[in-house]
Order: sequence, then C-alpha cells, then structure tokens
Amino acid sequence: MSIDGIRAAFNDPNLDGPGQLWTHVQLSLIALGAASVVGVAAGVVAARSRRRFAAFTVVMVSNLGRTVPTFALMALVVALTTYGRGPALWALTALGVPPVLLNTYAGVRGVDPGVVDAARGMGFTPAGVLTRVELPLSLPLIFAGIRISAVQIVATAVLAAAVGAGGLGVLILSGLANGDDDILLAGAIPTAVLAISFGAVLTIAQFILTPRGLRPRFAAHLRAPSTPSPSPTEEDPSS
Amino acid sequence: MNEVTKRYGAGPAAVDALSFTVPAGKVCVLIGPSGCGKTTALRMVNRLVEPTSGSVLLDDVDVRTRKPALLRREIGYVIQQVGLLPHLTIAANVGAVPRLLGWDRERIDARVRQLLTLVGLAPDTYGRRYPGELSGGQQQRVGLARALAGDPPLMLMDEPFSAVDPITRERLQNDFLLLHRAEPKTVLFVSHDIDEAVKMADLIAVMRDGALVQIAPPAELLANPADAFVADFVGADRALKGLALTRLEDIDLRPAPVVEVGAEREAIERRIAAGDLVPVDGALLAVDARGRPLRWVALESVGSRLDATPGRLEPVLPAVATLRDALAALFETGAGFGVVVDRFRRPIGLVGVDAIAGGLSTPAEQAAGADG
Repeated sequence: MSIDGIRAAFNDPNLDGPGQLWTHVQLSLIALGAASVVGVAAGVVAARSRRRFAAFTVVMVSNLGRTVPTFALMALVVALTTYGRGPALWALTALGVPPVLLNTYAGVRGVDPGVVDAARGMGFTPAGVLTRVELPLSLPLIFAGIRISAVQIVATAVLAAAVGAGGLGVLILSGLANGDDDILLAGAIPTAVLAISFGAVLTIAQFILTPRGLRPRFAAHLRAPSTPSPSPTEEDPSS
Repeated sequence: MNEVTKRYGAGPAAVDALSFTVPAGKVCVLIGPSGCGKTTALRMVNRLVEPTSGSVLLDDVDVRTRKPALLRREIGYVIQQVGLLPHLTIAANVGAVPRLLGWDRERIDARVRQLLTLVGLAPDTYGRRYPGELSGGQQQRVGLARALAGDPPLMLMDEPFSAVDPITRERLQNDFLLLHRAEPKTVLFVSHDIDEAVKMADLIAVMRDGALVQIAPPAELLANPADAFVADFVGADRALKGLALTRLEDIDLRPAPVVEVGAEREAIERRIAAGDLVPVDGALLAVDARGRPLRWVALESVGSRLDATPGRLEPVLPAVATLRDALAALFETGAGFGVVVDRFRRPIGLVGVDAIAGGLSTPAEQAAGADG
C-alpha cells in the first residue's frame, strides 16, 4: 500500500477512477437536488397544514425513514424495480428527503408567530408570507438539513455500485473482493474528500444565503428585551 | 361595527353582536378582561379573523367585499410582539407596505426617512440596522413607523405597549400622542390597562364576554360607569385616574426661570430686578444654547457667569403627559417642581403639586374639555 499504488489503482483504465468519481458526483447531485425539492416542498406543506394529524404523520414517517438501514432501502428498491441507475437514484433520494423535510418543517414552524401575524396584517399575500418571510427565516435550518442529506447521500452512493449504477463504490467493492487495499483506498479516499467538500460548499452557501439580520451577532434573543430608548423629543428638526 | 358576531365551535360567541362606531380621526380604546373578545373584534376589521355574522364597515364599505391583502395594506397594524421582519433592515421594514403598494423608490426612501425621524430614530444611524440590534422600545417605535408608512386612514393597535417596561411604555404613549397629532388617524386600540385607556382614548369601549358594556369618552366613563362591572373595572381610585384626563399643556403652568448657560451674573440680576425673571425658591433653570434644560442652579452659587457644571434636573415631563404622570414623577423624584417641555425639549413652564391639585378642582371643566 502506497500513495503511488493508490494513484495507479485510481487511474487504472479497467477501474476508471475518474469516470467513477464523475458518476458518483452526478448520482449525488441528482439525488440531492431531488431530495431538496421534495423535502422543502413536503416540509412547507406539513408545517402550514391545518391538519395537525396529517402533518404529524409525515414527520413521524420521516423520522422512521432515518432509522431504516440504507442498504436495506437500496435492496428494497432493487427488489421492487431492477438493477441500474434509476433504482439507485430513487433510493438515494428517499434517503435524502427526511433531513431536509424535518429541518424545513422545524424551520417554518419555528418562525416567530408575531412576525407572521405582522406580515399578514401588513398585507402580504399568503404566497408572499411564505416566500418573503417564512422561507427566508427558515433558510439557515433548511440548509443545515440539505447539508446533512448531502453528506449522507455522498457516503451512501458507494452502495450504488452494488446495484450496478457505478460510482466510487465500484473501486471499494473491487478492493474488498480482491483484498487489494490500494484499490479500496482509491475509492474510499475520494469518497471521503467528496463528502467533506459537499459539506464545506453547503456550509459556505448557507452563510452567504443567510440574511445579514439573522446571522448570530444580530440575533434578537441574545439581547436584553428592552432598554429605555431615546425619545423623539430629543431630536430637534429645527436645529 | 355592526352586529358583529364570531363563534368558535359550538360554545358561546367570542364576540357577540358587537356594534359601535369610531368617528374618523379619533382614538377608540377597546378594553376588558382577558378573553373578552377585544382582540378578536380588532382582528375582524382587517380580516385576520372572519366574522360569523354581521359586518364591519370602513367608510361605509363592508370590509368583506375587499381582498384581504389589499385591505390590510390600507390599515396600519401594530401588535404587542412588534413582529419586525428580522431579516430585513429597519428601513426595509418601514418601507415594506409602501413597496407592497408599488410606490417608486424615491418616494419610499423619503417616507422612511420622514417616519424614522418622526419616531425619534435618526434614519442614517438606524435605517441600515437590523431589528435584532434594537431594544424593545426602539423596535416598537419602528413598529409604529411601519404601520404609518402607507399613510393608512385607520390604525389597529393590539396592546402595542404591553411588552415594554413602564418607563419605556410611558415614553411610547407620549410619543404616540405626539405622532397622532402630526398624522391624525382613526385608531382602534386594544388594551387591558385602564390607565393607558384613559390617557390615550377619545372613546373607551368596555367589553365583557364578547359584548359591549359601555362606550363613552374617558371622563364620562370615570364619572358615570354604566354598571357595577365597569365601576369595578375602572377601579376604586377613580378620582386619581381622573388626573389622567388632563394634560400638562391644558393647565396654567408656572413660568420657568430659564437662563442660558454663559449668561453673566449682572445680566441675570438685572432681569430679576426688572421682574422679567422670577427665581423659584432662589433657584434658576440653566438651559443650553438650544434652549434645552440642563439643571437647577441656586442663584447665590452663580459666579460671574452661569457655568455648565452638571446638576439635578429631574423630573422633565413632556407637555402631553397627564397630571397623573406628573404627580407620579414628582413623588418618585421627591422634587417640588417638574420641568414641562415641548416636543423639541424646550421648557414651557413648571408644574408643582399645587397646580395638579388645581387641575382636580374643576371636574365640570374636565368633563367639558374631554368631550370637546
């Protein structure tokens, strides 16, 4: 086992490390995109639903979903459909939805009711309240959910190789089967780096997308609720 | 409001056949114990709650014929929790309704600057800040400015000053009264505090169990409670509360012996000799170059010139403060006189306990004054 050995294994034309890496990235991005859209949409619907029981059910199912072993999920999807890329994507998406959904639900439900009441009272339309108040205020939590999903999806996409969808799992499985640590690491190291990169990029994106007023040093709850403020009588417009 | 009823489920109505009218430009305070339906009544005006039956008329137009979002843009809304949008700057919060109304940028900017100045927050300092950086009292000032931004003819205020400390509350109340003079609006104001109601209202509507018990100007409510419930709610110290019916600007104030810092002793003595300046208990009120009070100073301690050393001044009372506020301030500070100032913080006179007692001595005048 050596750096050169790992590099050689990664670039071995039969294993096609760069190609598998690209497949891995594609699988992860597609699944993450789909999981984010479904998770945010379902989370918003559940959070705003007046049917408390329905919302509760969605949240409970999501919570259960997080406890299902990933390989079992993958096996289930394959059993229901067939080998290949499609089933792998379905399984990865299903895996990615719960963290996004749960965080979106918690984020939207956690928006200060006073802020929502004020926004409605000011004349925001229901869609406006959602897109200009509830979602921006939930954004940090939603992004945290997407980040958790991303890391899970990238790590789990290794299993896609087991259902014939390719990815870095091809190298890992091959390395395991042949007892060749160079090949194993040529799959495992890029997978780890990829997962960390996804997490890092999303952390930066989360910071950039969090409105300035919501960043921690402005957080209202960190401050004393009220201190006497200057009175208008102290401002003399004539001077 | 016309025979408005709201029921939740099968129980008794939260608001039961409520009818009353608020004249344009007046402040009407809805008051009653918790759960009496006052907030529900308020929220039916801007359709945050829909009545089960009856109608709410705004300038003779049934609000239910209007689209809720469009209706609400024409009604100012201030709530106890303030509810500033924490992800937007103060300026963007105040400009939110004008933006919804589709005003152009310059007009919004000008309006935001005007309103922030009006509520005592310098636009250049506070406009770019975020709500989380402001104190509770400052946030509610922004809340008031935001509600006024679209220049709505009607304001709905749901216990707007309940969540702040008593000192800030009194300031906000005084500032609101000044604002109301600068931009007269019809105001429907929910409160559970009878003192606040007496101070702010042109009309007080007392509610119980969803129904209106009595609606009357504050003086009349204090003098003639309709029944035992209202009398009880108003409280046993009605006479003391009556002090809140009169504002300092309505009584004869003793002239303040105002002397600008830097004045020469000789000049001061000349003015006293001419009867132009009357010291109070041998003391003068030092003011700065802009006419704002600095401190009391004993005449004999004045050297060749009146200097600017710090000293005791309190209490200083705005002219819109009530006699009750003034009496409380005098007792709190243990001072014989309070300095009454106009909205630019310039002294317009002095108020002492004797003047407050004088205000009490003519209840008939008070009743007449409050009706007018």
